[in-house]
Amino acid sequence: MSVLSQTSLLMLLVCGISVASSAQDISAGEMRSLDGQVQEIKSDVLNIASELSNLEERLLYPSNTQIAVFVSIAEDEDFRLDAVKIEINGEMATHHIYSFQELEALRKGGVQRAYTGNIVTGEHELRVTMIGKLANGKDFSETDSFSFSKGVKPATLGIVLAGPGLGKSEIQVGDW
Amino acid sequence: MGRAPSLATGLLLAACLAASPGHSDELKDLYFGEALYHAYQGHFFEALERLDTEVKQHDDLDEPELDTLFYHINDAEFSLGDFELRYRMHHRAGRAIKAVLEGAVDEAVRNDAAYRLARIHFQKNQMAEAIRALDRIEGKIPESIRDDIEFLRANVYLAQGRASDSIDVLKSLQGSDSFAGFAAYNLGIAYLQDGRKQDALEQLDRAGQIRTNDPAELAIRDKSNLVLGTALLESGEYEKAIPFLNRVRLNGPFSNQALLSSGWANMSIENTERAVVPWSILAEREVTDRATQEAMLALPYAYGQLNIHGRAAIQYGRALDSFTAEIDKLNASIDSIREGNFLQALIREEIRQDKDWVIRLRALPEAPETYYLMDLLASHSFQTGLQNYLDLADLHRKLLAWQNSFDSFDEMVDIRGTHYEPLLPEVDTEFRQLDSRIRLRIEQHKMLVKRRDDLLTTPRPEFLATREEQAILARLEHIEAQLQGMDAAVSSSILRRVKRLKGTLTWTLETEYHERLTRFDENLRGLDAAMAVAQQQYDQYVRARQSATHSYVGYEKPIKQLRAKVANATRKVELLMARQGHLLEVVAVDELIARRGRLAKYGDKARFALADSYDRATQAQARMEASK
Repeated sequence: MSVLSQTSLLMLLVCGISVASSAQDISAGEMRSLDGQVQEIKSDVLNIASELSNLEERLLYPSNTQIAVFVSIAEDEDFRLDAVKIEINGEMATHHIYSFQELEALRKGGVQRAYTGNIVTGEHELRVTMIGKLANGKDFSETDSFSFSKGVKPATLGIVLAGPGLGKSEIQVGDW
Repeated sequence: MGRAPSLATGLLLAACLAASPGHSDELKDLYFGEALYHAYQGHFFEALERLDTEVKQHDDLDEPELDTLFYHINDAEFSLGDFELRYRMHHRAGRAIKAVLEGAVDEAVRNDAAYRLARIHFQKNQMAEAIRALDRIEGKIPESIRDDIEFLRANVYLAQGRASDSIDVLKSLQGSDSFAGFAAYNLGIAYLQDGRKQDALEQLDRAGQIRTNDPAELAIRDKSNLVLGTALLESGEYEKAIPFLNRVRLNGPFSNQALLSSGWANMSIENTERAVVPWSILAEREVTDRATQEAMLALPYAYGQLNIHGRAAIQYGRALDSFTAEIDKLNASIDSIREGNFLQALIREEIRQDKDWVIRLRALPEAPETYYLMDLLASHSFQTGLQNYLDLADLHRKLLAWQNSFDSFDEMVDIRGTHYEPLLPEVDTEFRQLDSRIRLRIEQHKMLVKRRDDLLTTPRPEFLATREEQAILARLEHIEAQLQGMDAAVSSSILRRVKRLKGTLTWTLETEYHERLTRFDENLRGLDAAMAVAQQQYDQYVRARQSATHSYVGYEKPIKQLRAKVANATRKVELLMARQGHLLEVVAVDELIARRGRLAKYGDKARFALADSYDRATQAQARMEASK
């Protein structure tokens, strides 16, 4: 059911039998006026957030040392991803346990920024471990290692996860 | 690395995040994917922040076609409008979607944008603008929104009072998979609005019998039956109204009103005993509901009509107790709201983690006022105000966290400055020496390259002589010079020997020229690689030197400016929160006062009726005893 139909339903319900109180009617104009101001402040705060992100990136993750690791799930996968552990050169970068909402967002095609950090230029090793449950209820855990080169530009790595047993590598890493 | 968020025209636009968009196109921009990841979780602030930055960066590029977002730019701009809409920023959303409409986009995307713009106008009660936006839709329409467009069009016509136009559109939607129940009900309403009562009743009858398991459609089916029953009741067709009111599910959202109306319909045809049944059920339900409160008075009234005055008195007494208790609860709620508890309960994070958080609010023992929220929430303006208050509370939390982070930034910059400042003069001295050495080497390398290039066009074998050969050649030329002016008899034999030696040397240089040039070229290429490594190391050094400076220089001003902006925004948010919160409190208190007033009137009625019932019961008993 689309939001429109739900909204329409709500509207029709409101317009129908239930009687809106006069207090609500009186305040509707004021609510609308405030709504405009709230929209403006949202816009202002979004601009601040954008400036702050740029500042943080410059200050904390300069481009010559920056590495960002993104995680996504391969198309048409029905396994349940419980957690992902990412190590860089043997050191823990991140260990993320997925909530239901996060997992749904990944399944719909969203891409999670799992880690942002700093490394020196040169050759490095990335080790990815994923833990999850298959559609048949069986637990699984897969680990794979990859080497990558960090140049002068920020390194952006995309990890694509798939359930085991499909004749392809469960963990794939690409340089973006 | 193939990945694919839904980038077809619908994207997550019409999908409303409720339906999962398909993986239709390969994702080429991770940052766009990141924005979608936030949006799919309902984190529209974060989604907007990411995508807005990404789109702005893309727009500033000299060669945007080389950027990965280039492949998704139409969808990204469209999504911006969508996220803004979902973050209740209609002003910006409208602008963003208009930009898509005016841009060079695919017909299907443009039509989707026009639909979304129309929806914004509809929500803002701007019906003429909504129709104008809908009229822009032409050509290829995405299948997923075809019915949505027509349903919206019908609703806009209804809102404009163009019932007849609405009827035409709604008729075409009767077979729709997604709108069947809603279209059937709305068609009935459109007939009513058009003055075609008989058609309306027949249509509502059909809408009231649809087969479905969908909770929303079940609700609209109930609604159809209730409206139909109420319409018949109001026109005095009481008996006809009853079966339709009885069709309303007992556990649906309209059952209370249906039970109440069913009781009155039965009373109206003097079928008092049948009226007692629905009212007895209703009188046991949640006492905060208006229909329940009315049933608590109607039920003893029915008993009175049946001459069961004793039971009527008991029921009136029960109603009076309930109303009194309810008034006490309302008074406590009004006090609680005035003490600020209502707003505090609304922004409790653990409550809002639950998608049914508004319903959960009712269970909060320390916030009794939230019992009465449900009716208020049905009002669009209250909902807008409430959502705005919650959004402001989120912004406030963010701004406070940012304000705290500035101190950390300052400290970080100070520590870096303290670390690098004493080291850099020595580093710079070494750097200058290295710089002059590398420049010299670069010049020498350039000279050799030029010589090699010259030799390729103008062969000069002597240029490729070894150091020893050069020395011999110089010695021979020196001897030749000394022989000048000497007696020919003496010099001729030496000169012959010198010429023979020069000839031998020239022979060697000429015959070995190509081999030597090849070796020279090979050596030079080896040197090129060494020079490239040296240049790379030099560049790394320069970058490292620059990063040292960039790690602590140039932050003071932006941090200061941002700190001021955050402080300013925090003040504005606090002011708006106070105003919005106050307005919500006023509306909530007014609502509760109105409820209290109604309950007080019901209480008065119950009190008089109770006394009357006692009298009648007493008289009846006296008559019985007298007859004995």
